[in-house]
Amino acid sequence: MDDLLREFLTETSENLATLDVELVKLEQNPNDPALLGNIFRLVHTIKGTCGFLGLPRLEHVAHAGENVLGKFRDGELLVTPLAVSLILRSIDTIKMILSYLEQNEKEPEGEDQALIDELNAMAAGQASAPPPSIESKPTAAPIGPVPDEFGFVPVMAGQQPVVTPAAAPAPAVVAAAPKPAETKPVADDHGIKAGASVADQSIRVSVDVLESLMTMVSELVLTRNQLLQILRGQKESTFTSPLQRLSQVTSELQDGVMKTRMQPIGNAWSKLPRIIRDLSLELGKKIDLQMIGAETELDRQVLELIKDPLTHMVRNSADHGIELPADRIKSGKQETGIVLLNAYHEGGHIIIEISDDGRGLAMDKIRAKAIEKNLATESELAAMPEQQIMQFIFKPGFSTAAAVTSVSGRGVGMDVVKTNIEKIGGTIDFRSAVGKGSRFFIKIPLTLAIVSSLIVACKGERFAIPQINVVELVQASANSEHRVESINGTPVLRLRNRLLPLVSMRRALKIGDDEISTDRTYFIVVIQTGQNTFGIIVDHVYDTEEIVVKPVSPILRDIKVFSGNTILGDGGVVMILDVNGLVTHAGDMRGSEMARAASAAHVNRADEKQSLLLFRAGDDSPKAVPLALIARLEKVDCAKIEHSGESCVIQYRGKLMPLVSVRPDIPVMKEGLQSVLVFADRDKHMGLMVEDIIDIVEEKLQVDLSSRRPGYLGTSIIAGHATDVLDAAYFLSQAFQDWFDVETDGTFGEDKLRRILLVDDSPFFRNLLTPLLTVAGYAVTTVENPNEALKLQDEGLDFDAIVSDIEMPGMNGFDFVAALRKGGRWSTLPVVAMSSHATERDVDRGRKAGFTDYVAKFNREGLLESLHQNLDIAKGGRA
Amino acid sequence: MSANLPTTQSGTQLAKTSAGGAIEHMYVTMITAGQLFGISVLQVQDVLGPQRITRVPLAPPEVAGSLNLRGRIVTAIDMRVRLGMPPRPEGETGMSVVVELNNELYSLIVDKVGEVMSLPQSDYEGNPSTLEPHWQEVSDGIYRLTDSLLIVLNVAKLLRQDQLNAA
Repeated sequence: MDDLLREFLTETSENLATLDVELVKLEQNPNDPALLGNIFRLVHTIKGTCGFLGLPRLEHVAHAGENVLGKFRDGELLVTPLAVSLILRSIDTIKMILSYLEQNEKEPEGEDQALIDELNAMAAGQASAPPPSIESKPTAAPIGPVPDEFGFVPVMAGQQPVVTPAAAPAPAVVAAAPKPAETKPVADDHGIKAGASVADQSIRVSVDVLESLMTMVSELVLTRNQLLQILRGQKESTFTSPLQRLSQVTSELQDGVMKTRMQPIGNAWSKLPRIIRDLSLELGKKIDLQMIGAETELDRQVLELIKDPLTHMVRNSADHGIELPADRIKSGKQETGIVLLNAYHEGGHIIIEISDDGRGLAMDKIRAKAIEKNLATESELAAMPEQQIMQFIFKPGFSTAAAVTSVSGRGVGMDVVKTNIEKIGGTIDFRSAVGKGSRFFIKIPLTLAIVSSLIVACKGERFAIPQINVVELVQASANSEHRVESINGTPVLRLRNRLLPLVSMRRALKIGDDEISTDRTYFIVVIQTGQNTFGIIVDHVYDTEEIVVKPVSPILRDIKVFSGNTILGDGGVVMILDVNGLVTHAGDMRGSEMARAASAAHVNRADEKQSLLLFRAGDDSPKAVPLALIARLEKVDCAKIEHSGESCVIQYRGKLMPLVSVRPDIPVMKEGLQSVLVFADRDKHMGLMVEDIIDIVEEKLQVDLSSRRPGYLGTSIIAGHATDVLDAAYFLSQAFQDWFDVETDGTFGEDKLRRILLVDDSPFFRNLLTPLLTVAGYAVTTVENPNEALKLQDEGLDFDAIVSDIEMPGMNGFDFVAALRKGGRWSTLPVVAMSSHATERDVDRGRKAGFTDYVAKFNREGLLESLHQNLDIAKGGRA
Repeated sequence: MSANLPTTQSGTQLAKTSAGGAIEHMYVTMITAGQLFGISVLQVQDVLGPQRITRVPLAPPEVAGSLNLRGRIVTAIDMRVRLGMPPRPEGETGMSVVVELNNELYSLIVDKVGEVMSLPQSDYEGNPSTLEPHWQEVSDGIYRLTDSLLIVLNVAKLLRQDQLNAA
């Protein structure tokens, strides 16, 4: 079945169930405007949706029903049991059609003209002759409105404590209702089959249940952590393996529970393209719907609540906003209008923008309508700013559409949208320019959402900063490239030739003294929020952690610098910083200064991405090298570059640092400043001379074209340009060859070269480590994956040690070492794992799997040390 | 250090009739700076010893911070600060009474938590009119005990939540 239809059926059957109840209530409280409004909206929604789905029979019935309800709402028609039963009958007809629809995916044959005529007659004010099927006493008809003359009666009737004439007819009418004379009862029975309905295929779980599950799981995680802590203190324990299992299951459970709550916003958008398509046909407009950020995740509950308002607003944009093609051409626009949906995170909120390039809000019509509706007088309007006048569109019953169409214009609209958004603590705002279009901003707090956060500390207290706001981390001290300076007490940071405004967390939160001195080391969290970029000075930066945002207690709600609080993995409570609030709080940081500061190139931080430094050398094509390999960026005075033999050196921090040029064919400059990338390896430095540094970007390093040129790994697309990826190892070995040889003689003075097998799927790491291990005195063989390694074992090759990556496609490192330990030539070899994930848990798991040691990637020092030790042990063991 | 009070059980006994026929109410008693206070046993969730508390910058002065109570975040209120009493002497950690209000948990830090008392209605009377205004506000009334006076705390007013309550 069509997804759209399925969703419609689920939703409508729920709405109908509500309607039945509400109508009966209405009969008892005929003058409750809230109730009437609610019923009207429900029917309106059903009608609106059928129109789009191409269900004319359903639409006609709903439309006629809505007309009657509209009269009720406007007070033009009294709510009588007769009228209510007529509405109930039309609802039964809708139900019948729906159940047929569910079975056959099309509407049943036949039409409901008789019912529609009755409804229309009712709407027209002619209390038609009671239909034959209604058994309720016609004398009961005037009883409906009677109680309201006494005022108090309806309340009592609603509770049904006494048998009053008002309460009595209600059940009778309900009982009578399921006998629609005009429809085919056969289809009705046919449609209802136990258990088979679409509405039963998914269940709705209350968020409270999920919330309490979540709490329990958090509790479980804490207990698990405590158990693991105890376990770590014991050498051998029979609890080890069951606890490992428990730990794993707990993590999976936690993930599972968290996942149940999150959904990409795209789910709420899925039916929009069709709606727009049908709408453009119906209205004779050309509309292009563009959707950006569909993958933005938000809490399921929030998603459900914004689904309808969004649909409504998109409809509005298409119906009211976009002009007819002819008009558009006349006003010099493209024939096709654009409706744009854009969702993104900002400052701990989710922002959804709905914009169109249509005619904008018609101010004169809004003014006229406001006067007509008695919302304001002409003189009041004249004094109001436009922005305030525009807010009238959020008033109930306010529609400027000239004609009531089946699309919109019944005054159920922006007021409902606003109510629904405010219900979840969100805000709605908009801008509009006549002739240019309108843009609506919906801001929803992520009260229930899970966010990845950076944990920082200030004066011993920890705080969480939503990772979504964090652009980068900078360490600043007097003798590093970055320095904190101050202008009249306001701290700023020089970052990549820009001044970055800084906010001191100590000062902003009034914790501890806050002397900005140039000789202290600072940690600066560079934050981006909207158009603003600034840095927050903190004392320490810890890890990132996935946290569940919990709202703060009402007593703390006035503190604008916190958006919530959470419980960390270790059980501690931390406050979550609202970076927007912090900026406002810090006060002095408004304006355009921040807009220009720093670059916005690196917003996303996915795990597989790495920071790459882009630079130019010799020619126009940009070149890249992983930032992690670089210790510092320096500018050196060319006059200070000295030449020793053919190579260049410079005195750097009291030592001679060899300088290597990326393009040896280009002569070294004689004067001016030379940009140098400093690579630090062990305690030695090497400088790579480059022309200029372009940027630092976060990008997945994927070499598309491999290169045969020495010094390059290949070409990759980085920041939209074909970029040469530098082989750092090549330049390292150029600079370090001699010096490593000396060390090899000294430290590893062996007759025979130790043989190492390096297993890593990344050519980058193979290329990086091979020279490193070679110069350290090992004979290195590399393979791409464990299967090839095992092949070598079968072929009878011998090695002294194996260095293996963990994350590899096909067989991973854990499985590989397990396979080795099972037996064979290599079963006793030292195997060192190397992985970017080297938390205590990983190390533990690695050792369990059979690794001799576990070293973090990039910790080359550690790798050499580990190999050295393990080979000695192995040798000793054999001797 | 935490003790779950048998709230359901005591709930049934909240207003029991003593042998003499007088109605009695049950209170958890606590002492802060020498003064005896009582909170209806029905409102008390937990009694805790010293806890690890996270300070909350910029919070009202009486907010000592937040703490984690079995996965729920609890706001800790220092009763001495709230009632304008002198600060707790160095080295004294105090104890906490956890109360629930509008689905939020609050931990009231007092000097010492005493026993649960069942007090007869006949010993109860309203606040003396001369009581200081900020005490008037948080006190529902006074019990005359044999050797001291017990102030019945109004938790909602204590937490400045009474206006929100109505909303």
